[in-house]
Amino acid sequence: MSVLASARRPARVIPGFGITLGFTLAYLSLFVLIPLSTVAFKTIDMGWSGFWGVLTDPRTQHALYLSFGTALIAALVNAVFGLLIAWMLVRYTFPGRRLIDAAVDLPFALPTAVAGIALTALYADNGWIGSILHGLGLKVAYTPVGIVVALVFIGLPFVVRSVQPVLEDLNLDVEEAAATLGATRWHTFSRVILPAALPSLLTGFALAFARGVGEYGSVIFIAGNLPKVSEIAPLLIVIRLEEFNYAGATAIAALMLAISFLGLLAINLLQAWNRRRTGGE
Amino acid sequence: MKIDIRNLHKDYNGSGVPALNGVNLTIEHGELVALLGPSGSGKTTLLRSIAGLESPTSGAILFDGQDALHQDVRDRNVGFVFQHYALFRHMTVLDNVGFGLSVRPRNRRPAASEIDRRARELLALVQLDGLEGRYPSQLSGGQRQRVALARALAIEPSVLLLDEPFGALDAKVRKDLRAWLRDLHDRTGHTTVFVTHDQEEALELADRVAIVNRGQIEQIAPPLALYRSPATPFVYEFLGSVNVLPVDVRDGKAFLDGCPVPLADAAQGTDAGAYRMYVRPHDLRLSEQRTPGSGALGVLQNVRLSGGLVRLDLKLDLIARPIEVELPVSDPRWSDWKKGDKLAIAADRFHLFPQAA
Repeated sequence: MSVLASARRPARVIPGFGITLGFTLAYLSLFVLIPLSTVAFKTIDMGWSGFWGVLTDPRTQHALYLSFGTALIAALVNAVFGLLIAWMLVRYTFPGRRLIDAAVDLPFALPTAVAGIALTALYADNGWIGSILHGLGLKVAYTPVGIVVALVFIGLPFVVRSVQPVLEDLNLDVEEAAATLGATRWHTFSRVILPAALPSLLTGFALAFARGVGEYGSVIFIAGNLPKVSEIAPLLIVIRLEEFNYAGATAIAALMLAISFLGLLAINLLQAWNRRRTGGE
Repeated sequence: MKIDIRNLHKDYNGSGVPALNGVNLTIEHGELVALLGPSGSGKTTLLRSIAGLESPTSGAILFDGQDALHQDVRDRNVGFVFQHYALFRHMTVLDNVGFGLSVRPRNRRPAASEIDRRARELLALVQLDGLEGRYPSQLSGGQRQRVALARALAIEPSVLLLDEPFGALDAKVRKDLRAWLRDLHDRTGHTTVFVTHDQEEALELADRVAIVNRGQIEQIAPPLALYRSPATPFVYEFLGSVNVLPVDVRDGKAFLDGCPVPLADAAQGTDAGAYRMYVRPHDLRLSEQRTPGSGALGVLQNVRLSGGLVRLDLKLDLIARPIEVELPVSDPRWSDWKKGDKLAIAADRFHLFPQAA
């Protein structure tokens, strides 16, 4: 009987493929695909000329440029320092390590508006850090630099939590092997540790970048929100909504969606290429 | 290169038990030495100290008479092979082997083509030609370990150190690699030290075997000498099986269960008193009891056939555990013996250690 059954349909060793695939599709549709597709439909409603109008609006262009630009810079900053923090947490044991480890997650837990207000208070011209920087001629709050600061804060845990398990998995003996072969610390880092951590670093970077693009709560407090200077795209969407310009709002959203999707796709392709290159795990 | 280790101590913080407790060891140029001991004996710590991966608390390590202890691991020029290979998994086999040359300072770094040539040469030496483009994940365990060895040899090390090099491999591959490593050593002549907890491996492979116990070298000797004349009870018990029997020494004779056992010439000067007799199963002689007093009496409990040997368990009155005797299968007498037979026991070769030790 079982022989006949397996002849008709090849048996899978891991059970439950059908049900998990069905669930995944239903779940994704309900929470991701259907809501996002309404964005596309709503945008189509406004017609090509209306969409073109939004696309060529300098205010929209600048907001998009600012959102993606600051998210990119913040994700790059986080990639560097997140790797450093993850490294330190994995490699060394010292009193208070658990505390620092836990503190990394705080940006996840904190309402982002609270973070935005706290950062603004610190970095405003009369704040603790802001006053010092102001003396040096640097202005952080109410400028694009302030946006980057907020996005660095928001994105840090993504990088640390992506890289940390991979570094934990990277045995100390690999570094020792590099040392016995005469590699300097820099060579050990650049030729051994970084390539091993790179896929996870890319993942963390992509997550931090995506989160930064969509971030709203913390940014609007520190950005100052001057049109064409420090106004981010998510804020412009909210402004359009408040003007009851729903089509205008969804058009910007559709643009953001398209750019984000292309960016994440590029990172995924890069990962796949890297996996293929090293013969998989 | 000759390695001198003098009075080496290493304390790990907080444990209270020193990992190395006064190690003295000299390894001659071109020698193949095994560090053999139970786990936690300090053998790996000793090897890592020679490499510079551990910093001993005190003592000295000399390479050809030059202080090496205060040299950084990067400058010691040792080839180290790790138990779990420690290959760079994002690099091809060829890049792994060439790594040591490619990270040299610019003025000592060979040209890329030269690195490539040398790496290929070494891969041929470890019989892995044709696998240059593979990644470590695409290799078997034995192949990975040979890549690790080629990588260590690429820097032309003055000494080759191997930490349980075959520990993670299955029995068949272990045996093959063992013979192969011995052959490689004979051809390249590197001063080589390897750590193992497998006595068969140590005895078969090494020129000399150092028995490590509790952070000290118990004995260092060529394999045969080590097996035949162990210096301490620990070495006796660690290498091969041994029977421990209580004896009394008086008048230049040892008495086992009241029966005299003649002492070898070397042991003639032994002071009278209680001793423990260490004797290998194959150094015991059995005879059927004919005349009273021809030897201590044991009751045969069990006869087992094991390959070319017959193992017999005999119960003596004066110790709780049965003793083990080995006879060649060709010995004609054993097939007639039955459980419960009384047999006389005599010893050909044995060592006496004081009771208190």
